[in-house]
Amino acid sequence: MSSRLRWRKLVSHFMLTMTGLCALVAVSVLFFILGYLVYHGGTSISWNFFTKLPAPVGETGGGMANAIVGSAKLLLLACLLGVPIGFFGAIYLAEFSGGTVAFVVRYAADLLNGVPSIVIGIFAYSLVVLPFKHFSTAAGGFALGLMMIPITLRSTEEFLRAVPRALREGAMALGASQWKTIATVVVPAAYRGILTAILLAFARVAGETAPLLFTALGNRFWSPGWAQPTASLPVMIFTYAIAPYDDWHRQAWAAGLVLLALILIVNIIARMILSRGTTVPRT
Amino acid sequence: MASVRSAVSVKITPPVSAPTSREPQAPLVMRMTISKVNFYYGPKQVLFDISLNIASNKVTSLIGPSGCGKSTLLRTLNRMHETVRSSRLEGDILIDNQNILAQDVTALRRRVGMVFQRPNPFPKSIFDNVAYGLRINGVKGSIHDAVEKSLRHAALWDEVKDQLHKSAYELSGGQQQRLCIARGLAVEPEVLLLDEPCSALDPISTAKIEELLVQLKDLCTIVIVTHNMQQAARVSDFTAFLLTGQLIEFSPTPQLFTTPSDARTEAYITGRFG
Repeated sequence: MSSRLRWRKLVSHFMLTMTGLCALVAVSVLFFILGYLVYHGGTSISWNFFTKLPAPVGETGGGMANAIVGSAKLLLLACLLGVPIGFFGAIYLAEFSGGTVAFVVRYAADLLNGVPSIVIGIFAYSLVVLPFKHFSTAAGGFALGLMMIPITLRSTEEFLRAVPRALREGAMALGASQWKTIATVVVPAAYRGILTAILLAFARVAGETAPLLFTALGNRFWSPGWAQPTASLPVMIFTYAIAPYDDWHRQAWAAGLVLLALILIVNIIARMILSRGTTVPRT
Repeated sequence: MASVRSAVSVKITPPVSAPTSREPQAPLVMRMTISKVNFYYGPKQVLFDISLNIASNKVTSLIGPSGCGKSTLLRTLNRMHETVRSSRLEGDILIDNQNILAQDVTALRRRVGMVFQRPNPFPKSIFDNVAYGLRINGVKGSIHDAVEKSLRHAALWDEVKDQLHKSAYELSGGQQQRLCIARGLAVEPEVLLLDEPCSALDPISTAKIEELLVQLKDLCTIVIVTHNMQQAARVSDFTAFLLTGQLIEFSPTPQLFTTPSDARTEAYITGRFG
């Protein structure tokens, strides 16, 4: 009996070590990337990076001010398209739709979420770039916005559904119409979750490169307005990283660090919003 | 669709007066009339040919074992049953002789308020909870006075007057339930429906709410669902006993609990089942 017990303890220790190691690997990948990026990016980044245009080929120095502004414009467009559609679609799904419609929309949203981002890029290319015969900020923002829709929609829906039915009934019993109930009770009760969902969708598309390659294209100069090709941080990283110049590699590291910092900050803000304040008790 | 089982249900006429009462009775005014109500969830019939009257400024309680349809009946009175898609109601329910089904549902719910089994305050401040009904109904003027009045009626004012802007979730369960009553009273309903309002509360909070209900009779008509027979006996003027979706007996409360006319009522109130 005691040899059997020893064997069982051995197996237990072995499994514990294995699962622990796997968990460690999963976490350490993130910290390895972070550390590598901070090391290389940190030594390359400078104030010029934020304020100067890219230097002409052959010269060193310069920055990516135009890509930072370009990314900001692209993400603004993406939010303008993705957030309202995702948000109101989620309200319809959570509050109004019957079983079949909800199933179809939810399934379609999940599929859209799984469409490779390069395919979204091609779609935006043929829908926005080809008819206007021009790469543009608008086309890039459109592609990113499409990607935001399913992420915003599905997670907003989850948070709306988590609002207890008792709250809806309480409002309706006071003579609130369904729309009034949603606007004054359901959405306020779920707004932290909804805001988090939007921020996470934002963080997700902020780093997308493929949909921008043939929509926003890229630009070594400022891109005024919305109808011209524009630089963006992810595409800049791509172009600079595969270029044969050491100075460009350093710039790419710096851009990677800035992008990652942005995404991390947005993620942390999202977590903070979600964990604060009163939560509605589940019944 | 006449039910086979409706043949056995007792024809109920409005009870005239409580026989134990010695003082002369003012004639009863009927606030709501339920006549020949059949109710279905999908294909399943849960209420069978229910007819009864709700007397104005009295407490009417609905008792019966779990699943007898008492909550369903209560929810038809302000059409909350319509939140369930597959539900279907046959028959007439009148409030002040107007059919509730012909009215705008939001206007009806303003006249017929509801308090639920579990306290369900909104994730807002105490003040905003009570003010909610006034605001969505576009009440102008001094909301603060109306909030104070409602909280006083719900016997909660003294406990919360210094913390009106705290979250409603910081209150105890009993206080939350009285807050929900105050919230319902703020829109000045003619009828207040309570669906087992004390089942999630401790005995002291329950006693407070029972005491409150008796006082609230002056303000409005009260219909309460309860699975606690002692509670029905303590607070109500009339009691309806339901069993498997049928109204078995409807009498003045003292009469129903002392000299029930139906053997099933007697079996239930003496604790032989349920």
